Amino acid sequence: MEQTTPHGRPPERKHVAPWADKLFAVFAYGAAWLTLLLLVGIIVSLLFGAAPAIKEFGLGFLWSTEWDPVQEKFGGLVMIYGTLMTSFIALLIAVPVSFGIALFLTEMSPGWLKRPLGIAIELLAAVPSIVYGMWGLLVFGPILATYVQAPLQSAFGDVPVLGALFSGPPVGIGILSAGIILAIMVIPFIAAVMRDVFDVTPPMLKESAYALGSTTWEVVSKVVLPYTKTGVVGGIMLGLGRALGETMAVTFVIGNFNQLDSLSLFQAANSITSALANEFAEAGAGLHQASLIYLGLVLFFITFVVLALSKLLLSQLRKNEGTNT
Amino acid sequence: MSAVVPTKGSAPFDMPAGKLAKHRARKRMNAIALSLSLMAMAFGLFWLAWILVETIRLGVGGLALSVFTEMTPPPQAETGGLANAIFGSLVMVTLATLLGTPIGVLAGIYLGEYSRKSWLGSAVRFINDILLSAPSIVIGLFIYAVVVAPLRGFSGFAGVLALALIVIPVVIRTTENMLSLIPNSLREAAYALGTPKWKVISSVTLKAARAGVITGILLALARIAGETAPLLFTALSNQFWTSDLTKPMASLPVTIFKFAMSPYENWQKLAWAGVFLITLGVLLLNILARILFKNKH
Repeated sequence: MEQTTPHGRPPERKHVAPWADKLFAVFAYGAAWLTLLLLVGIIVSLLFGAAPAIKEFGLGFLWSTEWDPVQEKFGGLVMIYGTLMTSFIALLIAVPVSFGIALFLTEMSPGWLKRPLGIAIELLAAVPSIVYGMWGLLVFGPILATYVQAPLQSAFGDVPVLGALFSGPPVGIGILSAGIILAIMVIPFIAAVMRDVFDVTPPMLKESAYALGSTTWEVVSKVVLPYTKTGVVGGIMLGLGRALGETMAVTFVIGNFNQLDSLSLFQAANSITSALANEFAEAGAGLHQASLIYLGLVLFFITFVVLALSKLLLSQLRKNEGTNT
Repeated sequence: MSAVVPTKGSAPFDMPAGKLAKHRARKRMNAIALSLSLMAMAFGLFWLAWILVETIRLGVGGLALSVFTEMTPPPQAETGGLANAIFGSLVMVTLATLLGTPIGVLAGIYLGEYSRKSWLGSAVRFINDILLSAPSIVIGLFIYAVVVAPLRGFSGFAGVLALALIVIPVVIRTTENMLSLIPNSLREAAYALGTPKWKVISSVTLKAARAGVITGILLALARIAGETAPLLFTALSNQFWTSDLTKPMASLPVTIFKFAMSPYENWQKLAWAGVFLITLGVLLLNILARILFKNKH
């Protein structure tokens, strides 16, 4: 017996649960596959749910403006236009601002301020979208109407093209307000990516440019930006993906009105997400619900393509980083 | 060293007039760009400050003890609170985190410890990054199609599933990132002692990455606490107190949505109180997550 030979071989090591290793690996693999299946599940369930509407309206759904639950005639152009237009306005504002913020955080800010300012901008992303929505509807909207929309209307109301954009009731609800609020919401996402990719630029490149007498702006525009342009575009795409899929903030301020009679930015309109949020729970099973799911499918398709592009561009930058330095 | 060294972007002393003018123009361009950048920073901070100030001002105004003790009232009632909505949110957010975290951590472990260069690893990483930013309302549609429609009814359980699907990608992402920060020498040291892989992961690498993983869970919690869209047609809402997960369940965000869009003053006031509570909770969770992470790294 082992007890009788205290100075002999160490006691045989018990192999604790030899199946544990395999079980653990199975769980880990299972969880990974679950993520893949989730995506497949989303696509299949959307296709399945939208099938009646796809069969009935085909691709014509994408450019028909009719949305009539009573006569069961559905077309998604109004919502698709609303989604694309609000996101476009959001990028128009958010891209230059995010660039400025990233430039400030990487090149100008004193070291001790970088972290608190960075966190403040990140907190802007953490604020729940319903807070933006309620604030936009009850606080920001009225102020926008009085101090921005009304003056714009009186200044440009008679100019041919601009006048059409600024026509309509200046009540602070509509495409423009939704676009501005989306801009505030996506600024932190774009700014964070831009800051990160600017930080990737090898210090040696920047220092060489400074040593030749370049100003900060010249270093950023002629060295940092060309070096990181794929990453910058990737960050913008990420912001676009976020803006396209944002639901609550848009639902609050866009006005939920199915019209495409005027291209006015002040008119109440509708987006894919706000139509879903407002109508889906009440829509009876049938063509109405199927059409709403069709809209959801279109939205998922667009955001999938945009986000996939963003991901590819950002990984491109990382790959180049490996070869250039 | 007595010679004056020209500082960044300054002109050498013997510059001809033409060059000097160009130099001035470059300096002016730089000043304009940098002041615009400063303004952009101020612009971003301005919105954060404005939103927070308004939320606090209007939220504190609507806050009272009855918010936590009474049920959601009918329109234009004298009294009423958000007790059932707060309870519903707590239940659904807690269960969703409990359900989503193990799956997320396991998939994160797969990416960080098992997959390094396999096709499944790259595919999961790619899909996960897309799910991370995918519209949350589509998650709601998905759960509606696979849970609500077959069972013929909105339920708190469906809401939990929808929120859990939002937790998973966030946790996967942070778990993988944190595991990739663990030096390989630590793993090799453990393997050299004959430790089986599951033991290396559970008692060495995951333990070393613990603070980061918990940060990820807190961030996921903060994210779903304010999510409204995926609950709209899964958990729906409920005027009454319920702890039955097979019945529609009230939640703070959906109640705020309903109340804020209404013209009734008492509903709007309660909505502001709710917005205040959510913002406070979410920001505290975010700050807590950052403090925790900073202490460790």
